[in-house]
This record gives sequence, structure tokens and C-alpha cells, in this order.
Amino acid sequence: MTHLEADVLIIGAGGAGMYAAIEAVRRGAERVLLLDRSLIGRGGATVMAQMTVAAAVGAGDHWEHHLADTLTAARGLADPALAALLCEAGAACILEMDEWRVGWARSGDALAAVQAPGHDRARCVYVDFLNTGPAVSRTLRAQVQRVGPAIRRLGEVAVTDLVVQDGAVTGAVALHVASGEALTIAAPATIIATGGLTRLYARNSASANMSGDGYALALRAGATLVDMEFVQFFPFGHLAPRLIGMDPIMWDPFRYKLGGRLLNGAMEDFLDRWGGDAEQGRYSTTRDLATYAITKENEAGRGSPHGGAWLSFTHIPEAELRAAFGPVVDKLAANGIDLTRDCIEVSPIAHYHMGGVRVDPRMRTDVPGLLAAGEAVGGANGANRLSGNAITEALAYGRTAGREAALLAAKGPVRGFAAGLALELLRASGPAVNTAAMVARLQRVMSEDVGPFRTAAGLDRAAAAVAELQAELGLAPPGVPGQPHDLARLDWLDLRQMLLVAAAVIRAARAREESRGAHQREDFPEMREEWRVNQLLRGEGLALSRQAVPA
Amino acid sequence: MRAALLIQRGGAGEAPREERFELDFEPGESVLDGLRRLRVSADATLAFRYACLNANACKECMMLLDGRVIYACTARLEPREMRLAPLPNKVLLRDLATVIAPPDERL
Ligand code: FES
Repeated sequence: MTHLEADVLIIGAGGAGMYAAIEAVRRGAERVLLLDRSLIGRGGATVMAQMTVAAAVGAGDHWEHHLADTLTAARGLADPALAALLCEAGAACILEMDEWRVGWARSGDALAAVQAPGHDRARCVYVDFLNTGPAVSRTLRAQVQRVGPAIRRLGEVAVTDLVVQDGAVTGAVALHVASGEALTIAAPATIIATGGLTRLYARNSASANMSGDGYALALRAGATLVDMEFVQFFPFGHLAPRLIGMDPIMWDPFRYKLGGRLLNGAMEDFLDRWGGDAEQGRYSTTRDLATYAITKENEAGRGSPHGGAWLSFTHIPEAELRAAFGPVVDKLAANGIDLTRDCIEVSPIAHYHMGGVRVDPRMRTDVPGLLAAGEAVGGANGANRLSGNAITEALAYGRTAGREAALLAAKGPVRGFAAGLALELLRASGPAVNTAAMVARLQRVMSEDVGPFRTAAGLDRAAAAVAELQAELGLAPPGVPGQPHDLARLDWLDLRQMLLVAAAVIRAARAREESRGAHQREDFPEMREEWRVNQLLRGEGLALSRQAVPA
Repeated sequence: MRAALLIQRGGAGEAPREERFELDFEPGESVLDGLRRLRVSADATLAFRYACLNANACKECMMLLDGRVIYACTARLEPREMRLAPLPNKVLLRDLATVIAPPDERL
């Protein structure tokens, strides 16, 4: 068995993890270990983000304006200190990325920016065409490589447990997927940068490896989760016809740029019917409202054929489409889609998690030695994330966590490291079960009853289904240890985390008897002032408490 | 429509064997869509690589289709026999999965 030691252990090599690694070395860490379950800088959500990035870097803008918009979108639940860090440090990171030649689109001397919904001005920068996430990933990966041997990169490692010694996290236990062997890692500072939980849902916009594992790792290590009921659904996920080779949420920037029309099954505008703005070429309807409108229109029997809404660009001259979509026009043609002629179908798709690990503005959890960064963190976006804030959050929190981790590591190596039971789990051998089918079942349960619209009865049904899956899962992964790329076993280890995280979402959603932002209770349709509180979850038993929103 | 996937199975050092899986598909679906469905419906131990589902962002899903290198997430299922094999010039992990991480990112 391999044992590794590091000053700073970073779990997840998306935007947050890579920025954290770079910053940790800048702040003096000498041995940073950057892990990912797939390949470094290629998995996770960052590389998938084809959208825009919000940052107050334009003339006349100020991060406080961005903060005001972020807090408004959050429906009263955001932690203002975390949100301020996102907006202020985020802007600095966007400029640093520019120095690193990420390739932000330009307009004259300045960065080009579009106005996304919920922003008071054009504040969202991007890389053409639909290339924001890949460009951010590539740039950070190049910077990580430039740092040299102080950052050791290691792909295909799935961390299964954190090691806690005398109340502090002192490292982790992991499965090396390529060999099937267990791996232990000792480090005085560990950063959870594992992203969100979109894999819990059947239709989702991120990578296959967003299983919510960071939330489960944090819970089991004794840290606190916050706002777990708030899962963001992106209203305009691609639904039909089958579109491959492209991110399913690619349509949105074109809606801003060109004014695509959202229509129901009868080809009528409908957003205004459900409290949105009749759009008329302006995109002011927020994500939660648009999700609501599409869902309700379908319930009323006026959806598009596959159960979504039509998105149409057919009123736009071909030359304009060509100019805006660039090479994407050809990719669409390969999928049989001609936008001058065809509408496409869109529907809400699991996209982002507002909830997550509770941290202070230095990204420290309640457990010494453990930090979090990026989407894994809860609290900055409250009940609804403003569009464009996810990459900004990844970069700003990654940088902050990297600095803090370096400070921690400077206090010296860990004093104790006993992997114990966590290691036994990776050496155990249980009966064969079809873990891929169980993942699919969980995704169905979550989509049906823990989507954007919830009821007590639906949530209770989901809780029972999760408990049943838990019982079926048993106590040991199927197969034998030491098998290369054993996906059945890996799915078992993922399910162990996913079921705990699903239970956390369900528990928080069941308890919040109101509707706010991404959490809509059909049995409690009003937003209520007495519910302007954050819900916290602790321990594997998911003990729930409430706390006033930080001032 | 219905496709038959003839998939090379087995790990390093084992004699490779070919297994046949039939599956129904909707026009436009990718080979990766089919493989992922087979794991759910037929054999959860079927091994292949992917991270980004179908965005062609992670570049992990390369394999051979009828002897030619493809991305499984952008090659489409067709109503015929399709023969899938691991990349020939990479170290085999299992079934269709090979070692593709850059050398300095391996254990
Ligand atoms: S699955 Fe990511 S490129 Fe094919």
C-alpha cells in the first residue's frame, strides 16, 4: 500500500482546487498534493462551464454593486461575508487569469461583458465561442504545471474518508482507481474542492464525478453542512433532439446575445403568465422563476413534446446567427440542428448546489485542519445563485483556501495518522450488487421527488427510497480489492457518499416549510420571514439546527 | 433502433474475449450513452472511461470503433454490429479502459 505525505492535500482539481494549489505554493507550501478522481483539470464542473463569469472589472463597476446583486438573488439567506469575498477576491482572480492569458473576449481595450439576468449591468466576461470553462481549466492547468514539482498532480484517486486524529483532520484514505489499491495520505491541511452534487439527479449539467462526495467527507469528519435544501436547476438545459459533443446548458449565452424566444408547446410566450417578464428580447427572468414557469406550463398540458419548452432563434437573420454562434453552427449541423429553421427543446436540469460545507471567510471548517473551496462551500449564494457566480466563487475561494492551508502547514507536520476503519472498508469484499442500477434508481428518486418542486409526501417517499437503497447497499463494496478500474466497486463507494448526501438534502428540504429561491414547497407556497434562517446539519445522523443568517 | 455492441472484455494479462450486447437506442444517441445504459441494464462491471458525459470536454472516452479511434461520447450508435476495443497503444486497465493520464500524473 502506498502512503503519501504532503503539506497541503487538495481533493479535486477543478477551478477551485487548481487555484488553491497555485496559491498554497505562492504562500510557502513546499509539498502540495493535488488529487482528482478523473484526470487533472479535465473533470468536474469548471471544464464544462461554457457560460459567462461575473466579476466587477468593468469601468464604473465596483465589487459592492456585484455584492448587492448577489445578495438580492440569494433571497435573504446568503452569508454576506462569504458573498463579499466572492465578489471582491473574484474580480482580482479574473484579472489574474487575464494576465495568465485565459483569453477573455475583448471589446476595444476592455474585457467584453454581457448582462446576465439579475445583474444591474453588463458584468459577465467570457471566452468565445462557448469556451469559458475549457479555457479557464487549461489556463490553470498550465499555471499548475509552471509551478513545478512543489505541486504533485495525481489523477484517478477517489478519496473515500478523511482521517481524524484528536479532533483534527490529518489526511485522507483513498482508492487509487487505476490499480484498485488503497492509498493513505497524511497532511496538516486538507482542502475539499470536490464541487457539487449534480450526479444525484438523472438530468444534470456537470461531469459524472460530481457525486457530492465532499459533503459526505465533511460530515463524516465532523464538519457542518449549511443550506443543503437549495439545489439550483438551470431552466434551459438541452432536452431534445439528442445533442452530443456539447454541454447541455450551452444555449443561455446565446439567449442573452441574440434574444432567443422561449415558447410553450403551442408556440406562445408564457413567462409572464407565471410572474416572469414578457421577455421581448431582454432576459430579466431569474433562473428559479423560469424553472417554475416551464414546470407549470407542462403541468397545465402546454409543454413541448418531450416535456419542456421550445427555444427559438428562427426570427434571427442567418448572418447574425453565424456571427454569434461561430463554429458552433457546424457542431449543431452535425447534430441535425439548423437554427434558422428548427426550434430546440429545453427543460430544467440539475446545475449547481448552493448548499455545502460551512466555512468562515478564510475557508476554514469547524474541524481543525479541514478547509473547503468552490462549489463544495455553502452559504455564499443563499437560496439562489446569481448567474455567472460559480467560476468566480471557485477561483476566489480556491485562492483563499490555498493561502490559509499554507499558513496551517507552516505550523508543522501532522502528529498522528491512523487510518483505521476507513482503510478496512477499501480492503473488504462484499456480495455482487448492480451498483450502476442503484445509482440510476437514486437519480430517479431525486429527480421525481426532490427536484425544484417539493411536497412533504414526496420528500417522505424519497427518504424511504433512500433508506431502502441504503439497506440494499450493505456494508462492503462488491468484488475484491486490487482490481484495476473496477467501476462496480467505485460506484458502491460513491453510493455510500451519495445516499448520505441525498438524505441530507431531503432532511433539510422536509424541514423548511416555506418556498424560497430554489426550494419550492407546493404545500407551503409562501416565502416567510420567520424562515429567514440557515439550516445546519451535523454528523452522519444529520442532526438539524437553525441559525440566524450572519449579519 | 437496435445496435449490437461487440465489446472486448478482460484485464491486463488476461486473454481478451469478445462479448455481445444488444441494445435499443434513439437516433442521435452516442456510443457512450449506450455503454452507460449497458452498465445499468446488463453488467455494472463493464469498464470504460468518461467524466464529462457528452460535452467532449474531458477527452477520456477514446477507444476503438471497428478499428478506428473515436470519442465514445461523440460517435453515434448505429443499427448494426459495432465492434469496440481499447486503445491499442496504451496500457490496458480493464475492458475498454486504458492508462491515459500523463506519466507525471500517475502514482
Ligand atoms: S466523455 Fe468527456 S470527452 Fe467523451
